[in-house]
Amino acid sequence: MLLIECPNCGPRDETEFHYGGQAHVAYPEDPYALTDKEWAEYLFYRDNTRGLYAERWSHSLGCRKWFNAVRDTVTYEITTVYPMGQPCPVDLRTGERIRTAADSGSDAEAGGGSGGSSNSADTTIESEVGR
Amino acid sequence: MADMLPEHPDFLWRNPDPKPSYEAIIVGGGGHGLATAYYLAKNHGMTNIAILEKGWLAGGNMARNTTIIRSNYLWDESAAIYEHSLKLWEQLPEELEYDFLFSQRGVLNLAHTLQDVRESRRRVNANVLNGVDAEWLDPQQVKEVCPIINIGDDIRYPVMGGTYQPRAGIAKHDHVAWAFARKCDEMGVDIIQNCEVTDLITIAGKVIGVETNRGRIATERVGLAVAGDSAGLAEKAGVRLPIQTHPLQALVSELFEPVHPTVVMSNHVHVYVSQAHKGELVMGAGVDAYNGFGQRGGFHVIEEQLSAAVELFPIFSRAHLLRTWGGNVDVTLDASPIVSTTEVEGLFVNCGWGTGGFKGTPGAGFSFAHTVANGTPHELNAPFALERFETGHLIDEHGAAAVAH
Ligand SMILES: Cc1cc2nc3c(=O)[nH]c(=O)nc-3n(C[C@H](O)[C@H](O)[C@H](O)COP(=O)(O)OP(=O)(O)OC[C@H]3O[C@@H](n4cnc5c(N)ncnc54)[C@H](O)[C@@H]3O)c2cc1C
Ligand SMILES: [Zn+2]
Repeated sequence: MLLIECPNCGPRDETEFHYGGQAHVAYPEDPYALTDKEWAEYLFYRDNTRGLYAERWSHSLGCRKWFNAVRDTVTYEITTVYPMGQPCPVDLRTGERIRTAADSGSDAEAGGGSGGSSNSADTTIESEVGR
Repeated sequence: MADMLPEHPDFLWRNPDPKPSYEAIIVGGGGHGLATAYYLAKNHGMTNIAILEKGWLAGGNMARNTTIIRSNYLWDESAAIYEHSLKLWEQLPEELEYDFLFSQRGVLNLAHTLQDVRESRRRVNANVLNGVDAEWLDPQQVKEVCPIINIGDDIRYPVMGGTYQPRAGIAKHDHVAWAFARKCDEMGVDIIQNCEVTDLITIAGKVIGVETNRGRIATERVGLAVAGDSAGLAEKAGVRLPIQTHPLQALVSELFEPVHPTVVMSNHVHVYVSQAHKGELVMGAGVDAYNGFGQRGGFHVIEEQLSAAVELFPIFSRAHLLRTWGGNVDVTLDASPIVSTTEVEGLFVNCGWGTGGFKGTPGAGFSFAHTVANGTPHELNAPFALERFETGHLIDEHGAAAVAH
């Protein structure tokens, strides 16, 4: 069983959590403009990374809040936990921390990079969680 | 010392080095890769082909599954391919000249709620219309089929009845793989173990070969049958697959006298149980929640299915857990497989069988071989094309198919 660090409650058993799949999948900005192929992408296609993966968890039997984590899908080790709405603080290819605005007090652009297609439009995530 | 040992039994297949090129390459030496190569050679006369396996033959999900074979799926498309598969199972021991202990001992899919009862009856009706043997049993009849089951109403979710497919059953999975491998080899198929495909080489949207840890091999047709590794491998040719890989675990008890004459599956309390020929109780349930490639999962998943099993079968309370293990299963969002052409010419995918592809081994091999040989799907796998995620013609077997596996 995984020991998962809830950002609000601290380390708790995996059985208290609900898994939410890949993080940073934004709701389409203009749903009416999407082709069938793009809808299929949004609904059914997710990265299936062997290695570091940015994913969502909800502490459903605790504070009931959603948060993001970076976990290795082979060893299952969770290396980073970070709040909803924040860009992934880790370069998923190298595992290195990305300098973010929080680190430097400026340089707000740096957080969005890496992770291939997965990091975009984090601002929409809060609303996505409500579904 | 060495001369005191008995002769090594005959090997069932050669271990050749890869040739520089093949007419077709099947990636993955699990059941599906083996069955595909078998039908390519047997039905389509393609014998200059190779199976490339990164580890050892059947070291993936093929020899990790709980071997349940059945065809009582709800939707017409599923019933067609799984029933075809079951009919192939019925002739394979003779055809492959190998007794792999295929035992048609039936499967019970239990109902524990009113909704379960309604869905089960509906599925029985659908099955009968599709020529799949199926009947609805009341609790007493369930107990006649499987006397050790508790049909009392003193448990949290009493048994309210169940569906029964008499032609369903189990088989010995590793022997199934060896049976296919021996026949493939006899027909000239090269089975190459310890050969990992590291890249798919394409030019102008066409496959021209594969890169492996044993060098580059030229071919114009590549069939992927790599289960949990499908998405990662297809991506090497720029093809994205709607697959999420999850750990799926199973377990066995120590050996017992025969007590369990059939296969029992319960979606609601979530456990399924059969008894292997040797005597172990074989059990499984659902996937671990998260994506995973570790071939292991959490022990709480094992605990939950054991508590369900003990409630249904009180005599199991004195049994001991002997071994647990896991595989990496390739799950799609409609819980149906993908047996399909791709946008890359010469690249074909067979995947997404998830938690229930052992039963589909011959059916997948049969239809995928047709697809690889002709470049177009067989009518059995045409509905299982990648396009369905765009057209919306999903084959939603989630829940509809009694239970996964
Ligand atoms: C615990 C468990 C219980 C299950 N129970 C049932 C059940 O009761 N009934 C049922 O019908 N199904 C069941 N299944 C599902 C079934 O096992 C799978 O759907 C089926 O085995 C998948 O097809 P396969 O045999 O070809 O897969 P695998 O045996 O996994 O074959 C894929 C092969 O591809 C190889 N490979 C991967 N990448 C590469 C590469 N790059 N190059 C070369 N080779 C590569 C792997 O090493 C592997 O050997 C279960 C699965 C598990 C894990
Ligand atoms: Zn919490």
